[in-house]
Amino acid sequence: MARYVSFRDFDWLLLGFVLLICGIGVTEIYSATLHTKFAGAHIKQIYWILGGVVLMFAVSLINYQAMLEQVHWMYIASIASLMLVLVFGQKYLGARRWVKIGGNHFQPSEWVKLILVLAVARYFADMRQKELSWSDFIKAGMIVGVPMLMVLAQPDLGTCLTYLPIAVMGLFLGEVRLKQALTVLLLVGLMLPLGWHVLKPYQRERLTSFMNPDADKQGSGYQVIQSQIAVGSGGIWGKGTAKGTQTHLAYLPVPQTDFIFAAFSEEHGFVGALGVLLLYFIVLMRLTQNAQTAPDRAGTFVVMGVVAVLSFHILVNVGMVVGFMPVTGIPLPLMSYGGSSVVFMFLALGIVMNIRMRRFVN
Amino acid sequence: MLGRDEKVSPVRLTGVQYIILGIFLLLAYGLWRLQVMQQDFYASQAEKNRIRNVPILAPRGKILDREGRTIVDNYPSFTALLLRDQGRDLNADAVPIAQGLHTTSEEIRSRVRHFASMPQYQPIFLKEDITPDELAFIEAHRNELPELDTIMAYRRLYPRKGFMAHLIGYVGEVTEDMLNQPQFEFYNPGDVVGVSGVEKQYNQMLMGKNGSRRSVVTSRGKEVQQLDSTPAVPGEQLKLTVDVDLQIAAEQALADKNGAIVAMDPRKGEILAMVSRPTFDPNNFAVRISRDEWNKLVSDENHPLLNKAIQAQLAPGSVFKIIMATAGLEEGIAQDMKVNCAGGASFYGRYFKCWVTSEHRVHGVTNISKAIYQSCDVFFYTLAEKLGIGRIAKYATALGLGQKTGIDLPQEVAGVMPSEEWKIRNFKQKWYAGETISVGIGQGAVAVTPIQLARAIGGVASGGVLQRPHVAFPGDFPGNVLPAADMPDEVRVPIDPANWQIITDAMANVVNPIGTAPSAHLEGIDFAGKTGSAQTISNLAKARLANGKTKFKDNGWFVGVEPRRNPEIVVCALLEEGEHGYLAARVASQVIKAYVEKQNRRPSKMASRKPEKVEIRGVWNGRADADQSETLHAGRLVVDVPKKPWPLAARAPRVN
Repeated sequence: MARYVSFRDFDWLLLGFVLLICGIGVTEIYSATLHTKFAGAHIKQIYWILGGVVLMFAVSLINYQAMLEQVHWMYIASIASLMLVLVFGQKYLGARRWVKIGGNHFQPSEWVKLILVLAVARYFADMRQKELSWSDFIKAGMIVGVPMLMVLAQPDLGTCLTYLPIAVMGLFLGEVRLKQALTVLLLVGLMLPLGWHVLKPYQRERLTSFMNPDADKQGSGYQVIQSQIAVGSGGIWGKGTAKGTQTHLAYLPVPQTDFIFAAFSEEHGFVGALGVLLLYFIVLMRLTQNAQTAPDRAGTFVVMGVVAVLSFHILVNVGMVVGFMPVTGIPLPLMSYGGSSVVFMFLALGIVMNIRMRRFVN
Repeated sequence: MLGRDEKVSPVRLTGVQYIILGIFLLLAYGLWRLQVMQQDFYASQAEKNRIRNVPILAPRGKILDREGRTIVDNYPSFTALLLRDQGRDLNADAVPIAQGLHTTSEEIRSRVRHFASMPQYQPIFLKEDITPDELAFIEAHRNELPELDTIMAYRRLYPRKGFMAHLIGYVGEVTEDMLNQPQFEFYNPGDVVGVSGVEKQYNQMLMGKNGSRRSVVTSRGKEVQQLDSTPAVPGEQLKLTVDVDLQIAAEQALADKNGAIVAMDPRKGEILAMVSRPTFDPNNFAVRISRDEWNKLVSDENHPLLNKAIQAQLAPGSVFKIIMATAGLEEGIAQDMKVNCAGGASFYGRYFKCWVTSEHRVHGVTNISKAIYQSCDVFFYTLAEKLGIGRIAKYATALGLGQKTGIDLPQEVAGVMPSEEWKIRNFKQKWYAGETISVGIGQGAVAVTPIQLARAIGGVASGGVLQRPHVAFPGDFPGNVLPAADMPDEVRVPIDPANWQIITDAMANVVNPIGTAPSAHLEGIDFAGKTGSAQTISNLAKARLANGKTKFKDNGWFVGVEPRRNPEIVVCALLEEGEHGYLAARVASQVIKAYVEKQNRRPSKMASRKPEKVEIRGVWNGRADADQSETLHAGRLVVDVPKKPWPLAARAPRVN
């Protein structure tokens, strides 16, 4: 195999759109944290983005195929890191999610996501049959299921759920049969009542308040209602940068992280929010195109894994902001403030670039 | 077998793209629904969040006496508020809050439930008029209990120890029943309104109008910007016809005996003093009264909440003889009537005693004058027989008995003046002639209020001119306040000057040694009046029920005027179970004496001059010390009052 790789083949267009979204995110973080104790968070976010871009270039240089060869080690390492969090993690708001390294807090569950994308890709790429067997189904399920259970134990239902689309995407592209899919859906449906008992009380509360936000206006329903008020009151054109009353009078909870899209929608209205959605859509379509042109089956699976994670985040976060989804604490990738999320996105993009740069290598 | 480099199915990849498109269309619809379709709703929700209306409470108008001295004032008082938009668990916090505010957590929870339907940004009034240590508790727990806040409001400061309590009345929070009535349509829950006395009667004038301040608040309730404010319009002050000096004299004269005193200027109908006993402290009502205290007040058999001056309906006893005399003289019957009182007489086959037999005396030959000042029952039995119930009722009704006087106080009662029609209407029975005899001495079914009696006797002494009594000056009312009940301001009952002279001269003799109340005599004062002792229960029933105990003593009445003709003042004193009219006469004489002494101190020129406004802080009793005397503050006057016994008029031998 020829090994000629050039940055000429780098997806500059994709990077441009991604950085545009990041820029919008930074301005909104600036606006939302103005005059609060989080003021200046946008500067930190810029550092994270710059760091992310550097990491992205670095990762794009390492051959993804070499990475895939070593993915079982990475998988073992990620399981170990999740174990580490469960044992030594910093407890914050009742959940162990962060480990402290140096002065910074890291959430290992974020980059475990990336390794899962690689592991699932490797598994399906190595598959030899045309049709997915039940044993493949279960094995693929186990790869994602084990870390899911570990994250659920933190407890972090939101992040746990973000692993699910990786498996779903893998199975879908790995030619899962309709009968298999329906059987599993049925089983999950039967298991749901059991799952209800596993959920922590605050998680149940979030779900019930999502179903009926008016039942507890001061409690969990508060966030759902305030978010909808923020979005709705933005109207068509929005209230203007730093003029959102819901955001600036602190009615909207955490407007720089989970509810950044609500803050943006309040200040920039339907037109602005639709514009941002369009940018995300372009990015996703561009990624899918890259998946199609990937040099091999594994590359396609990796890129589509990233597409699955990104789409799921957008669906759950924006869905929550507009009141379609319960409050899960899932950030909006590229826009929400937070290092782990930014670094994950750029690492994932680095691998995508990596695959794209090798599209003619075969 | 698949090759390692076999491509992924393009159909499935395209499928993924369509799924993503579907997701984005769904999200776009979500945005459209909120931002375009329901934009106005959410915009108003955001405004409601952001803008808080804080009421600025209007202070109630002061209540002044006729000389402009403050009787009821306001004082700054702090109310504990519960903010519900702090995102706190109020159910759990109710426990520490209840501890700090000395109430129960159940009480707090029930208030939270009560106000559940009100918008969240409106705070709940938790406890009013909190003590300094409760205020300190709130200030010290600003961080732990951010939902607690305070608001300063002006509160009613009433004279202490129930001074003038019945006349003034008290205020309370508007009830839900009241809010459902049309006249309260502009009131809001939590508004303070008058619930009795002058406070109720002139509520509209006294209440003022609350203002409001609109400000931008954060989700933590912190004000970040003031938008605008409507200032509160304070209530108008109300000047009463009451003279505080005379009120003090009347309060002291009645001391702690059960009963009532009404002092009125019969020329204009101005009430100069009004006392009812037992009394209550309206300061307990200015703040929310506790249920126990309230129950104690309403279940007290002496009815402390009842204003006996206008609400006690009792037999007038011998005071009624003035009305009988008026009727008898005007009908031309009594002038030359001479009755020999042998301690009693028989009418319609029944023997009626004269009170004089209890002293083992007889009145002997009695004319109308002697019959009045000696209160001869036999004379009036005979007169009643001659007049008949029809003519008695005619004069009594003309003089205002059996109907409301129309005084500008709530809950006045009408009393009863029996007649043939009255009996048929109420009992579907014929009037028995024998009943007329009892009515002749103010017994039987006759029931009057002290205010009616004061107006009637004052009217007779004024030559038959009766004024509608009132506690506020009608000229002071703003246009939208109706002064009082629908009653004529002036009633004229024609009384022949000769008859007028006979009656008033006889009344003057009542407080002379030949009269029934010589001990009430006031030297150098043209004091006249009529005593009355009315049975509260028939003698037979008394013997049966009381077993000789003193429970059912007679009520003592006295209505006095000064001077005897065209009086400046009429005083009606009622002593419940006071047994004898002469005791009531002594009480009334105290008030008359205080009135005359005040007039003497003040030259007539001064009296006509417009009184200067004296800025004082109200009238209330000083702290009751353990020692024998207590200090009574009235304006700048400080009077040392010996606690007991209050010296009545010179104690003369009991003649009756």
